[in-house]
Amino acid sequence: MTLGDWSCPVSKTSAETITMSHGAGGRLSAKLFEEVFAKHYPSPELSARSDSAVLDWNADDRLAVSTDAFVVQPLRFPGGDIGSLCVYGTVNDLAVQGAEPVALTTAWILEEGFPMAELHELARSVGRAAQECSIRVVAGDTKVVERGRGHGCYIATSGIGRVRTSMELGPSRIRPGDCILISGPIGDHGMAIMSQRAGLVFEPLLQSDCAPLHRMTMELIEKVPGLRMMRDPTRGGIAASLNELASASGLCFQIDESCVPIRPQVAAACDLLGLDPWTVANEGKLLAIIAPESLESALEILRGHPLGAQACQIGRVSQEHPATVIARTIYGTLRIVSMPAGELLPRIC
Amino acid sequence: MCLAIPGQILSIDTSSSLRMGRADFGGVIQEICLEYTPEIAVGDYAIVHVGFAIAKLDLDRAKEILATIEQLPAE
Amino acid sequence: MQVSDFGNPNHVAALVRQIRSKATRPWTIMEVCGGQTHAILRYGIDQLLPESMRIVHGPGCPVCVTPIDSIDRAIQIASEPGVIFCTFGDMLRVPGSRGDLMQAKSCGADVRIIQSPMEAYRIALAEPARQVVLFAIGFETTAPATAMAIRMAKENRLECFSALVCHVLVPPALEAIFSDSEHGIDGLLAAGHVCTIAGYRAYDALAERFGIPIAITGFEPVDLLRGMLSIVEQLEDQPSTHRVENVYEHIAELDGNPHARRIVDEVFCVCDQSWRGIGTLPQSGLKLSLDYAAFDADTRFERVAHEPHEPSICRAADVLRGKIRPIECPAFGNLCTPSSPLGAPMVSNEGACAAYYLYQALWSDKNPTSEGPA
Repeated sequence: MTLGDWSCPVSKTSAETITMSHGAGGRLSAKLFEEVFAKHYPSPELSARSDSAVLDWNADDRLAVSTDAFVVQPLRFPGGDIGSLCVYGTVNDLAVQGAEPVALTTAWILEEGFPMAELHELARSVGRAAQECSIRVVAGDTKVVERGRGHGCYIATSGIGRVRTSMELGPSRIRPGDCILISGPIGDHGMAIMSQRAGLVFEPLLQSDCAPLHRMTMELIEKVPGLRMMRDPTRGGIAASLNELASASGLCFQIDESCVPIRPQVAAACDLLGLDPWTVANEGKLLAIIAPESLESALEILRGHPLGAQACQIGRVSQEHPATVIARTIYGTLRIVSMPAGELLPRIC
Repeated sequence: MCLAIPGQILSIDTSSSLRMGRADFGGVIQEICLEYTPEIAVGDYAIVHVGFAIAKLDLDRAKEILATIEQLPAE
Repeated sequence: MQVSDFGNPNHVAALVRQIRSKATRPWTIMEVCGGQTHAILRYGIDQLLPESMRIVHGPGCPVCVTPIDSIDRAIQIASEPGVIFCTFGDMLRVPGSRGDLMQAKSCGADVRIIQSPMEAYRIALAEPARQVVLFAIGFETTAPATAMAIRMAKENRLECFSALVCHVLVPPALEAIFSDSEHGIDGLLAAGHVCTIAGYRAYDALAERFGIPIAITGFEPVDLLRGMLSIVEQLEDQPSTHRVENVYEHIAELDGNPHARRIVDEVFCVCDQSWRGIGTLPQSGLKLSLDYAAFDADTRFERVAHEPHEPSICRAADVLRGKIRPIECPAFGNLCTPSSPLGAPMVSNEGACAAYYLYQALWSDKNPTSEGPA
């Protein structure tokens, strides 16, 4: 034993679980960094161990920056975990704004007592997801909070992307007559998570749709001049995203219910819990507003990607009722789709 | 009130003090209490409210109802 | 046959045609089930009906009729140290005199959302050192589930378990509504799942006494339209004699579910009950019977005196009696919205006001921004 070991007492279980010392910025923090983060998602910037990463940038490109915090429970769910989710979620925020994802940062907030083996799993997940997206983690941080104050693990990220296109994607581009597209069935992620908590069993297993959208978005940007804007409908589902767009553009978003794809299992689970599938989160779906003349090419592009195989038009923009989202039911009747109130609460009545 | 939806009984378990079953609501399985529907058998459809089967769905009656509707005048 | 056939658009269209050809005069039909309110508006069923037919929504939402005092009591108990308060999601945002259960949760109360009373029972099994309280709301449909949880708790001597009982019964509320000579209701859709448990013998007396046709009705579009058709046919074809017709016959039976009723009769007894917005109705609620009184959370936890307080502008009472539709309330859509509700019917997903707001508000001529009733 050397004097150095005395300055930071290491308990017997420190190799197996996270302790307060791991967040203290000293030797154990460094050890954690080397053995976990740098191991599972190495990058030149991380290896440099500077306080900031300095990235080369092409003067012609614009910079997209996003930020997000991931607090999902349970940490692991069918189809993903908080690690893969934080990468794909960050990538998607950049992608729908027309950016090519370049880098992300990860700040981990760990609870004292969090099992090291689990941390390895999650970090490995981050690494795999990052590699799949050809994106690097260029900066990171780790803090540890006392037992009972952290729910295991939270991750905060920021995303950095390169915008090459001069297209200013945004609600102001939207015009009456534009087509509303979704890349696939809705509600998978939210129901995969909710069911874990509600004790529902899916047979076959329902996976979260957690996935990166950037390949689809980049092809749309490159080849579809009539692309108006894109969203990834996460919390609040398509109901929230559509209302945001309707509000921002001042236009009417008319959706044909029978055109909105949903897995029968997801619909059944929503029925069981009394939830509206339109308000359930997605983590790998793209909502796109497209000029009518570009509809066919946009659909072809989306359907050419594995994540967009079930892409379809779900509605149209009009001027009838400003800033409103309206659904046409399978009976031909109409209803207003409101902005979801807040937390998804299952009901019995 | 009374969100109750039909689920098909996949299996019945009488090992504990309560008669329980697994019901399939269309790819979603939930364990439910069958104490109030002792007549229900595997394969039957139960109407389930807050985790309890409250009735058996009479499929024959249901088919009759739909058949009657199909007989209604077209225009 | 698929269970989903009860939503088949062709069947719906056929039933609508029948109703339209049958109805020669304006009729007002009341439904007394929040689930039906929700379904009617979510599918736009009322848009398919003849202009002259009006559907009004009665006190069918147990969330809406649970007395404000019970909400306050729930918040009080939930805030006690060591309590695990189990409630259905529906109740979380119902306004009490000062805040709601969600706010209590944010202040540290251990409030847990459950899907079944048995979940509360299982939590109690797992947490013998805590006090686990079940917020037992609902109509006759939910009482058997509560009863089973309490019965199991008694059998297993689970002393840490108790229930705050607020179950209500439908027929007395209907009596109260129809006893008002100016009720203006021509026919009634009776709640199918309530009748699945309790049966519908009690409705014969109502139909006869008040001269109102009653249809025991389900929740799918086909069910709802069959109920409405039954009422219209009775009103048009038999103006002087009215009866109860069961158009939920594939699920509900005359005497309901005898097994469930037996357990409910064992665990509960009928009592007078206060209905939020309506007042006290005799023999309209359930309380624990003597054998099970030890599991009553209301007596187990000390009461803190307080004055229940309702915002005076809230017209929930009139909405619940079907006197006005939510859109006719001056506060609807402006002072009172789902995110800042004045009364319970604006909170619950199946509350008439919230259902209207969610599915119908701002729609064509029913614009809530216009002053006064439509």
